[in-house]
Amino acid sequence: MSESHDPKDAHAGHSHADVDRHVRAAYFVFGSLLVLTAFTVGAYFLHLPMRAAIALALLIATVKGTLVAAWFMHLVSERTLIYWVLGLTAVLFLPLLLLPTFTVLDGIVLR
Amino acid sequence: MGQETTVAHHGAAGAHDAHHEELGFWRKYVFSTDHKTIGIWYAVTGMLFLLFGFGLMMLMRWQLAYPGQALPIIGALLGEARMPGGTMLPEFYNELGAMHGTIMVFMGVVPLAVGGFGNFVLPLQIGAPDMAFPRINMVSYWSYFVGGSVMLASFFVPGGAAQSGWTSYSPLADIAGSGQTWWLFGMVFLITSSLLGSINFIVTTIQLRAPGLSFWRLPFFVWAQFVTSFLLLLAFPPLEGAAVLQLMDRLAKTSFFLPSGLVVSGQVLEVSGGGNPLLWQHLFWFLAHPEVYVLILPAMGIVAEVVANNTRKPLWGYRSMVYSLIFLGFMSFIVWAHHMFITGMGTTMAAFFQTTTMIISIPSVVILSALFISLYGGAIRFTTPMLFALGFLPMFGIGGLTGLPLGLTAADIHLHDTYYVIGHFHYVVAPGTLFGLFAGIYYWFPKATGRVLNETLGKIHFFGSFVFMNVIFMPMFIMGLAGVSRRLYDGGASYSHAQGVLQWNVVSSWGAWALALFQIPFVFNFFWSMLRGKKVDRNPWHATTLEWAAPSPPPHGNFETLPEAHRGPYEYGVPGAARDYSPQWEPVKA
Amino acid sequence: MSMEIPYTVEVRPDTGLNNGKIGIWLFLASEVMLFGALFASYVMLRVGAPEWPRGSTYLNIPLATLNTVILISSSVTMVLAWASLVKQDFSRFRLFMGITILCGLGFLVVKYFEYTSKFHHGYFPATNTFLAIYFTLTGLHGLHVIGGMAVNGYLWGPGSALWKTDPVHFTNRVENSGLFWHLVDLVWIFLFPVLYLL
Repeated sequence: MSESHDPKDAHAGHSHADVDRHVRAAYFVFGSLLVLTAFTVGAYFLHLPMRAAIALALLIATVKGTLVAAWFMHLVSERTLIYWVLGLTAVLFLPLLLLPTFTVLDGIVLR
Repeated sequence: MGQETTVAHHGAAGAHDAHHEELGFWRKYVFSTDHKTIGIWYAVTGMLFLLFGFGLMMLMRWQLAYPGQALPIIGALLGEARMPGGTMLPEFYNELGAMHGTIMVFMGVVPLAVGGFGNFVLPLQIGAPDMAFPRINMVSYWSYFVGGSVMLASFFVPGGAAQSGWTSYSPLADIAGSGQTWWLFGMVFLITSSLLGSINFIVTTIQLRAPGLSFWRLPFFVWAQFVTSFLLLLAFPPLEGAAVLQLMDRLAKTSFFLPSGLVVSGQVLEVSGGGNPLLWQHLFWFLAHPEVYVLILPAMGIVAEVVANNTRKPLWGYRSMVYSLIFLGFMSFIVWAHHMFITGMGTTMAAFFQTTTMIISIPSVVILSALFISLYGGAIRFTTPMLFALGFLPMFGIGGLTGLPLGLTAADIHLHDTYYVIGHFHYVVAPGTLFGLFAGIYYWFPKATGRVLNETLGKIHFFGSFVFMNVIFMPMFIMGLAGVSRRLYDGGASYSHAQGVLQWNVVSSWGAWALALFQIPFVFNFFWSMLRGKKVDRNPWHATTLEWAAPSPPPHGNFETLPEAHRGPYEYGVPGAARDYSPQWEPVKA
Repeated sequence: MSMEIPYTVEVRPDTGLNNGKIGIWLFLASEVMLFGALFASYVMLRVGAPEWPRGSTYLNIPLATLNTVILISSSVTMVLAWASLVKQDFSRFRLFMGITILCGLGFLVVKYFEYTSKFHHGYFPATNTFLAIYFTLTGLHGLHVIGGMAVNGYLWGPGSALWKTDPVHFTNRVENSGLFWHLVDLVWIFLFPVLYLL
């Protein structure tokens, strides 16, 4: 994103050309999201075994989520500080999501 | 009070007036958006809750020392529903216990340490005119106030306040009386307050530092508040989620935390079942472990400031202290299940959490050691803030060391849920954090009021508190090692294995009541000195950090001209300098 | 208060960000942890359950697919609303923001039909753990939709007065509100397959 230093053009550093590119990207993402939604629902009708179904559903959701985060939320062109905050959040999200279930799976075994 | 600020103006000329109208009483004092006013509101409210929580505990201590005996006068005042004939009902004991913990942690210590000290000092110490989001700051205080009020109101609902421990474990909390629902709603407001505050602190620290104030020139206090804010930001939401789930269990009759086939009072509970009580524990402790670091870090920050100032030399190992702080903050998120070693976890997960818990003791030790080493070779001034800071050090040491056996799964089997645990965490929070906070009050009182607190009363407060904190909590290790469980409303009297150590209950109780007496000089000093204390100039401690450049008390906008930082935060005793301190804001002489 | 807080609108040189942008991302980080806790609960409960119904047993996939499309579309119109402001076209902003809000309303209407249909069939949160987590997750998400609509509504209505006095500040506010709205969309992107399709 080019830094515009003309005060009249200073809309958080975006020039009109930037925004047009951004809007075009947004339409492309929109299309992709619709297609991926179709895939998600379509995958359901494949009646895959549960593990594969979970993996596929989460994979497609992750791709969709990445598109939203990267382009709708401008993360492709964000500052390092924001990446650090989100990186930290992602790292802490994983133990939260997984460790409680691991403790349940790893129970005491009476011999 | 027209304020001319030297901050660069932007936007349409004339849109921003340097002159502003005098605000009415409500906007200026009650709904103030000034960080100093808000900080004082937080601090005073927090201190009142600390006093109230202390009162609850003193009641409990009667029951523990003299189980089943009628409490003179006060027993009658509390009514037949709670203390029939002046003797405490077990349910009431549980209410006192649950609310003592809740109030002290969420409505006392953190609001004072973070809301009070953080709000008042942080913008001043970074040379900012206010917090980044003044109106959000105001909302955060009032959210706290509402949450606190809901908690207090819960004492008066049928069945009384929450009585399932501050930990609110399911299934008990799921089926408990309506006070628990109030507790959950109170927590939602308190968590909201916390989230808003932490966002404010982080943005302010990153964005509003004065020119020249790089991160490595920040006072350790600011670093401590910064890391604490990340803990609050990321750890509280899971508890909010858990509170939603527990509310659903209680109000919508779901079974998130209720297992199938649960029998209550001889009857199978009519719920769908399929839930897991451990799910609550995981979500709760995911917050509550980082929460204990929220309790200690601001106090460590205060102690660091006071130690540097009163040794007249820089902090030893400032950089390693900062790295330790960051590492500690991160690790605090992955140790939580050491509170759950006895829940049937297998050895793999237990070993994981034991390992992370042992690792997290390292940064704590680094910080404590650096503070101790900082004393070496210093020209120590035994002012009241310094006495509290010095008292903090060994007390936190004891608290930290006694945490180690608890973090080892094997030892924890014996010590879990005993008085040993209560001794451990009270050492860290009471003569630990609270001493740090007292140090802060005595240290920054002159900045907030333009007057100092009386030194003699301060010393009486310190010595009495130091002695009696130890009288209260040291015996608890003995009781815990003997196997006396916590949360027993008779202090263990009905257990044969406790008979040999019951006398320590009496010792702790008299210690608590004596401790109360020694707070009186402080309360008196606090109010008396506000009106009649000795007036001092803006830097009575000859300190180096930026807050001492502002007038005392600072006006709206804080500084006549926003300062610039020209050096590090602890330039005390610099060889060749004219004075034994070189303030951050003074330009370097060519 | 007319005291100036620096970097409210202009960016701070070393971070390249203004205060509001950092603030909203921090808030979103906390929201990730909030929904994370609920997803973690879902995982723990499902893994620990002897049996777990497929979403299709209770839930209406076509309606939820429709809702997914509605939310995705509203995210696009949100971007367009912000882009209109950058290009200083206030009336187009009004149009796209209005559509965004209406999409939110549409989402809630579909949700209303979903929920009432469940209740009609005797499916309540209390019925079993699957329904409990379904109602809680989608309910909390729905509250966030309402919250987002409220903020967007404010920016469409009374809040838009700021456009005249400080257009850059207003544009930033719309951008930040958009970030929140996209997160709401993002959460749904995960909620939909997890609850309905697995």
